Amino acid sequence: MTTVNRLILQNGRLLDPVTGVDAKGDLWVEDGVIVPAQKEIPENSEVYDVHGKWIVPGLIDMHVHLREPGEEYKETIKSGTRAAAAGGFTAVACMPNTTPVNDCASVTQFITKAATREGSARVYPVGAISKGSKGAGLAEYGELRQAGAVAVSDDGLPVLDSQLMRRAMQYAGSHDLLVISHSEEMALSRNGSMNEGVVSTRLGLRGIPAAAEAIMVYREIALAELTGQRIHIAHVSTGAAAELIAQAKARGVRVTAETAPHYFTLTDEAVGDYNTNAKMNPPLRTEKDRQAIRKGLQDGTFDAIATDHAPHSVLEKELEFDRAANGVIGLETSLSLSLALVRDGVIGALRMVELMSSAPARILQVEGGTIAQGNVADITVIDPEKRYVFTEDSILSKGKNSPFLDWELQGKAVLTVMGGRITHNELT
Amino acid sequence: MSTKNVKDAYQFKHKHILGIEQLSVADIFHILDTAISFKEISSRSIKKVPTLKGKTIINFFFEPSTRTRLSFEIAAKRMSADTFNIAASTSSATKGETLIDTARNLQAMNPDTIIVRHGSSGAPGLLARHVEASIINAGDGTHEHPSQALLDMMTVREHRGTVEGLKIAIVGDIAHSRVAHSDILGFTKLGAEVRVAGPETFMVPGLDALGARVCGSIVEAVTDADVVMALRIQRERQDDPLIPSLREYSQFYGINHNLLQKHARPDVLVMHPGPINRGVEMNPDVADGKGSVILEQVTNGVAVRMALLYLVMGREGGRG
Ligand SMILES: [Zn+2]
Repeated sequence: MTTVNRLILQNGRLLDPVTGVDAKGDLWVEDGVIVPAQKEIPENSEVYDVHGKWIVPGLIDMHVHLREPGEEYKETIKSGTRAAAAGGFTAVACMPNTTPVNDCASVTQFITKAATREGSARVYPVGAISKGSKGAGLAEYGELRQAGAVAVSDDGLPVLDSQLMRRAMQYAGSHDLLVISHSEEMALSRNGSMNEGVVSTRLGLRGIPAAAEAIMVYREIALAELTGQRIHIAHVSTGAAAELIAQAKARGVRVTAETAPHYFTLTDEAVGDYNTNAKMNPPLRTEKDRQAIRKGLQDGTFDAIATDHAPHSVLEKELEFDRAANGVIGLETSLSLSLALVRDGVIGALRMVELMSSAPARILQVEGGTIAQGNVADITVIDPEKRYVFTEDSILSKGKNSPFLDWELQGKAVLTVMGGRITHNELT
Repeated sequence: MSTKNVKDAYQFKHKHILGIEQLSVADIFHILDTAISFKEISSRSIKKVPTLKGKTIINFFFEPSTRTRLSFEIAAKRMSADTFNIAASTSSATKGETLIDTARNLQAMNPDTIIVRHGSSGAPGLLARHVEASIINAGDGTHEHPSQALLDMMTVREHRGTVEGLKIAIVGDIAHSRVAHSDILGFTKLGAEVRVAGPETFMVPGLDALGARVCGSIVEAVTDADVVMALRIQRERQDDPLIPSLREYSQFYGINHNLLQKHARPDVLVMHPGPINRGVEMNPDVADGKGSVILEQVTNGVAVRMALLYLVMGREGGRG
């Protein structure tokens, strides 16, 4: 990692959803800020010819699990942000289900300090909605906000008490914090380990019906309407939930939503012969759901692509399927899988960048998301043609739990720049 | 190539018996034919052959099951194998020992075959990937119970001569029954029509994809049926109420003489994987009536399990 004063990217395809720019050109960075290009290249400039490659605002993953503090054997802020940089991300928002739970200023500060000290990406902590994420009593949002939290969520668990969720939205509104919902009706999902359908019946596994997601998504929408506050729905997996979100948006409810690459790429068939690397919550759904998710990315139902990057060690995964942990890693495959949507004609390049950068920045109200002059130099250079096989050895995350192991993927981040500093470089 | 040549060329290739799903029609016929040849041994005065002498078989039961365990144990002993019973409680799992740890410990004892009963679907397959021994699935979660389905197929075949074209009704908790799951796969592979019936709370999506015909009523299921099988009803669950009471269940879904006389074939076979809750899923007049083959199922269970043990590890040894 080198700190450079001046970085010049030449002959790239500049893509900026905020300004609508999609044109060939150069990008100049000085002291961490994007500046106008000049005629003469000064000495001591680091210059890259990125012909045939895309120059986009640094990617932002608004939903990851970094496992530190408490489960450093699964991931650390250092290893997680390293994986993020390799995947083209300049910033991530980390969920609070660490040990201890990030429900107070001291844990939030621990995360931001560690990220500043040893992070390869910006880290935006997400605080807990309730104390200890136990579903009773609000965490101290004012303090969390001051300490650097950008949102609150009890992710991993839904907030079962509707009154508490209503109060969370109202109180978060007072502190300008986003509430992120893990939408799951637990009575319906209890003991389930995959999507309820033909595949769960064949494998004899207890299923989680799509309705478990839709019911809670509808409650969150109703509460957002009641309170007039914002709600962000995390990791949407079903067509039913997507439809509810689209309808709510159409009538002006302040709802945003994200989905994850595994939901638009895979179906519950990926569980195959009890492959625990295809076990996550919400679970992989049916082909019909997958198509609905892709349509939702196209028509604006979804605002963002987030990975729900959830590293686990083999100890949690090499188990009976129903006992194995939920979750898959995603930081290092998200861009490739999203680029496949562009190649398939589902979305355009600008829309992809919006979903992976500009929109998360806007929703979280953080810097980045644009490469317009004067903005912070968070930049990702993408080689849309680069082909590679995603192998376990190549993974920088401590977690190797990916359903995409040994897939041949196309398109990759080849240069990641955070605040003018190169955090990942495959160009040299 | 004549049919006979095809039959001669057949070779049983499975190291493990994980489910009916992996078995071809030829495999199933071969297992059933082998079982019939072994059934005779059980009727001799000295019920023992040296076929599997020196072989080590571990009965590894994570879930209590006296009947299946005993059936496998008798099968092994009749073929002179050494058998060991390990009743692993799930408590060892909660102590932090994983199934794979346990498997490695078992492997250290160098068994030839491990017979596994486990509460998690897919657990026998997981074991099979981590040990050298052959694995026989003696029931995993709500997934499969292949030896039970094979003994059911054997019993029906003995009585009807064939399974093809028969109408087989399975009534009860289809959703949570690995027996039903394996039976649906097995009987449909052999060309039977398998109908399932029960209250909607006992159904799961995709039973039709497995090959079953999902019936709206018990009458529809048993109409002209050649075989009627009732499944054991577990006591009502508190965490997931599937039926209001056993009393109501027996009233609307219990198999009784009148129902069969009115709708099923006169020579209908009555089956049950046991143990029966008499008066709940099946009335005594049916369970002990003339069409009942429930005890034959138990007898055939030993023969089928002898065949499975022989086929997975006794192939090179002579048959006694
Ligand atoms: Zn979640």
